[in-house]
Amino acid sequence: MLTPLQTYFPIGVALLVAVGLAALMVALANLLGPRRPSVVKSTPFECGSEPAAGSPRERFGVKFYVVALLFIVFDIEAIFLYPWAVLLLPSQGYPGLGWAGFVSMGIFVATLVAGLVYVWKKGVLDWAD
Amino acid sequence: MATVTLPKGNPRTKLLVTLVVALALPVILFGAVLVLATIAKPEPVAVFVREVLHHDPATWPFTGLVYGVAAGLLTFMILNFGAVVAAVTIWWEMRVSSRMQSRIGYNRVGAGGFFQWIADAVKLLLKEDLIPADADQLLFRAAPYFVFAGFGLIFVALPFGESVIAADLNVGIFYVTAVTALVVVGILLAGWSSNSKWALFGGMRSAAQVISYEIPAGLAVMVPILMAGTLSMQGIIRAQGAWPWQWFVFTNPAALVAFVIFFIAQLAESNRPPFDLPEAESELVAGYLAEYTAFRYAIFFLVEFGNVWIMSAIAVTLFFGGWQVPGVAAEAYEAARGAGALPAPAWWGLQVASMAVFFVKTFLVMNLVIWIRWTFPRIRVDQMMNLCWKYLVPGAFATFVATLLWQILVARVPVASTVSGVVLFVGALVALVQMLRLAKQNVEAGGDQVDLSNW
Repeated sequence: MLTPLQTYFPIGVALLVAVGLAALMVALANLLGPRRPSVVKSTPFECGSEPAAGSPRERFGVKFYVVALLFIVFDIEAIFLYPWAVLLLPSQGYPGLGWAGFVSMGIFVATLVAGLVYVWKKGVLDWAD
Repeated sequence: MATVTLPKGNPRTKLLVTLVVALALPVILFGAVLVLATIAKPEPVAVFVREVLHHDPATWPFTGLVYGVAAGLLTFMILNFGAVVAAVTIWWEMRVSSRMQSRIGYNRVGAGGFFQWIADAVKLLLKEDLIPADADQLLFRAAPYFVFAGFGLIFVALPFGESVIAADLNVGIFYVTAVTALVVVGILLAGWSSNSKWALFGGMRSAAQVISYEIPAGLAVMVPILMAGTLSMQGIIRAQGAWPWQWFVFTNPAALVAFVIFFIAQLAESNRPPFDLPEAESELVAGYLAEYTAFRYAIFFLVEFGNVWIMSAIAVTLFFGGWQVPGVAAEAYEAARGAGALPAPAWWGLQVASMAVFFVKTFLVMNLVIWIRWTFPRIRVDQMMNLCWKYLVPGAFATFVATLLWQILVARVPVASTVSGVVLFVGALVALVQMLRLAKQNVEAGGDQVDLSNW
């Protein structure tokens, strides 16, 4: 059997190799490519016209922020569901969580579904104003 | 400037060279991955240390190092394999796309333009690497690494064959979902750091889209997990049968719906049409990668197309029985292995067969993705959000609950899953035949002939 370190070891290697490969290719491109910087080249691309005044990093729709909030709520819920889904049903001598596990998670998910209905009725999910 | 005139090649030589390379490439890559995956395990490493290096593997301090080198080689090979797969996917997609649009497409570099991906890579290596003056230097440079790391890390957990996997994690599918998020971080960084309006709009749209579709995708994945009772990629495949009517997608009616939800969500997560709003060329130029040039651009491009292959491979793993070869039981692999230090030839044959099955399935799903690209127009932002939160999320909850009830039913009446498998599989076959018949009818109604010879 593999120890946990041996099982997870390839991930560390993959991270190093992936970053290494990408760095190698970018370095190679820097080496082989021409280098003729100019003022015009280093301005942001706006379809050929002079860039409009002001930073692009201005205020933008609060909708994006709300989506991020919703994502966190539902993604955390998914994280709770993963281990529960593995343990719920009996397998290989393990009895499973049974009806107690089913009902307790059912209450949790029902609360979230109620939350989804609430934000839906509040109009949070309507992107077009 | 001197003009370079390339010699006009003999078309027959060109075809021959292309065929040789196109056949040698998978043989070399698959072979290397298979051999390394067999070697890079503690037992073969222990045998190697004992027989070749004449040390006791249990007490010799460098056994771990030897194992590390073997695992490193395997990972390196799998990443190379992933990059080549992504590049060939680009070629294949361009060929299919051009046929779907009645145009010629790649046909210059090699027979059928097969070497175009190499030519493109070389071209992008020779381009000027520009960084906008007002860009956030550090973040702008870091973004491609995040994207490529996310891409490379997924390959470690993909089950290519019965024993061909770099790391069969007990949290497999969860790990895959987690590292996919690195790509989003890269995209958001790229959009923010470019200091360009197009790039920022693209990055923000992409972030909103990807995190939204993460929810239905994550919930749909729960269906195969519930059916298999494990998160391990190999475990999920082993819980399915080899024949189509034993696949998860057919043995549970809710899983069929879950597959559709998962598939749509994955299309959106990899910014594929019809969900390519973040880089909608007619609105946002190129979205988050508008300011990228040379190989930094190539990395984004490669990862995007490589993701098509990855999402197909994950769908095959979760819903279509993975590498399972019809007619070969799970015990057959262990039996064919033999007692020797090296596995018997029959074992290698089975491994190659399992890899071939996995790749054929993945290839078919990949073609579905390409087909969708040229079938549906791009949807609007509000439609995209509506589809996710008002249809897919409630739908995914429903399939999740339905699967729970289905599993309870199957535990009482085991024949239910077989009945469902056969009925749904036959239904799918009938639908496929009907669709092909209709397509033929439509072509002939326009006075055309179905002609596949001009490929």
